[in-house]
Amino acid sequence: MNISNHRRTRDRVITVLTYLAMTFVLLLPFALFIGLAAKSELLFRDNSLGQLLFSSQWRPSSGEFGFKPFIVGSLYVTLIAMLISAPICFLSAIHITQYAPRKAAKIVVTAIDILAGIPSVVYGVWGMVFVVPWLGRIAASLGIQSNGYSILAGGVVLSIMVIPFILNILMEIYRTIPKELTEVSLSLGATRWETIRDVLNRKALPGILAAFGFGFARAFGETMAVLMVVGNVVMIPSGLFDPGYPLPALIANSFGELGSIPEIESALMFAALILLVVVLVFNATLRWLIIRVEKY
Amino acid sequence: MDTQAMDAKMGAGGSAKPFEGEGIIRVDNLNLYAGKTHILKNVNIEIPKNKLTVILGPSGCGKTTLLKCMNRLTDLTPDIKVSGNIYIRDQHTGELPVFGAKTDIVALRRKMGLLSQRPFPLPMNIYNNIAYGLKLRGKYTRAELNDLVEYYLRQVNLWEEVKDRLRSPAVRLSIGQQQRLCLARGLAVNPDIILADEPTSALDPVSSEAIEKQFAALSKDFTLVMVTHVLRQARRIADYVIFMYLGEVIEMRPAQEFFEDPREEQTKKYLSGAFN
Repeated sequence: MNISNHRRTRDRVITVLTYLAMTFVLLLPFALFIGLAAKSELLFRDNSLGQLLFSSQWRPSSGEFGFKPFIVGSLYVTLIAMLISAPICFLSAIHITQYAPRKAAKIVVTAIDILAGIPSVVYGVWGMVFVVPWLGRIAASLGIQSNGYSILAGGVVLSIMVIPFILNILMEIYRTIPKELTEVSLSLGATRWETIRDVLNRKALPGILAAFGFGFARAFGETMAVLMVVGNVVMIPSGLFDPGYPLPALIANSFGELGSIPEIESALMFAALILLVVVLVFNATLRWLIIRVEKY
Repeated sequence: MDTQAMDAKMGAGGSAKPFEGEGIIRVDNLNLYAGKTHILKNVNIEIPKNKLTVILGPSGCGKTTLLKCMNRLTDLTPDIKVSGNIYIRDQHTGELPVFGAKTDIVALRRKMGLLSQRPFPLPMNIYNNIAYGLKLRGKYTRAELNDLVEYYLRQVNLWEEVKDRLRSPAVRLSIGQQQRLCLARGLAVNPDIILADEPTSALDPVSSEAIEKQFAALSKDFTLVMVTHVLRQARRIADYVIFMYLGEVIEMRPAQEFFEDPREEQTKKYLSGAFN
């Protein structure tokens, strides 16, 4: 075998290896989906899909599995978190990349990286010790019956957790916009803010959507910190100070029962399936939206 | 030192005006440091009104920085220190200092259109690329805007090519068309001065020629200041030439004199191709 043959073989081997690795990655979501779906099958013997998704009756002992309280709980907590974090991330990304002097920006970026590296259980403990009692006092002063363990507490803790995540992506997006675009807009007589509003934000729009989308997906699945402050009561919250029970918390709190009662095991798999599907559908919708706004 | 060399030194360091007629930009003892690097060194020049002035010099000589000082785009770069000043002459207000605590930067920038090395269309459709500047300039009705957009697109010979797709994204145009769009966009804010930073360096020869022709035509009504390192281009279109080398102005002369009878050693070397 001569050298060129040797090199050609190596080239082929690498091609095959990279292809296999890619296929493996591609198959992962399908494998997850199929596994969860197969395990959830048992649940469908006594419950229709409509019942499972839209019923509020959660009585595992009598075979009633209505997931609505968990789905709604998850959505509320995530929504609150996004409402708090989105404006903060958006404005601070603009300030750090457009206005702040380089040194100040560096300090902030370091702070953000530290925030991003803190384990979620630390946020949870912090939430239990500070956020929950604080919200309890606010509720009391408003005359609302609440000990502070609430979807609002979950939302607040969650928002702090996703801020570094979203902010990092947003800053990267604003940094990749060519400086010349700013120069052009300024040279036409626009102010700094007009330039940001009409030119940079327009250019960054697909990226901004993606950043908030990733943030949503991450917040929706976050388990530990939320579980510790949200109250974990199976009910549909009717106010910010009501407790809730998000899907990931349900799974984390009940996994001890896996393998004992087949129906409950199946229910937990179904809960995981809902999480997976919501995140997938959300990502797909977002991708569609991003392609539509990505024409510039 | 003979008189010729002395004259040239005056052109470089003194305040002698190397042309007849009215000047519009006066650079007065300008020094610029980026961090510790001394980028512009004692620049004293005057730029004639309604002529095409070319700032010529090898890469890294500070010519783009000098251009960006004129409309304060240097503000965007941190760690820049400037001493000296630039004055923009205006019929109504007299001399307006570019670097000054009271300078209205937005008004200053509006006096100058900018054309960069590569075209950077705004992230909008073709129509709005022109309308953006117009809307910053004043209030117009929809019909007035339509007319003005057409007027400026015609001024750069782009109208016929884009009139049927004004609502499509500007980035879909060819790069040559984009650069003409950018020129139209700059003209639309009704500037006195057009600053151009190697505006043809990313273009194919046909598009370059189109831009050069535009420039020649525009120099009747506008003051054009164009940075280039392409000697042939400067020869083709310049009325006046400012030659810079390592942050210093070496020579400033009417184009014909500059090319036929360069005074300074460095100019002669550059013209003979020794630096490139």
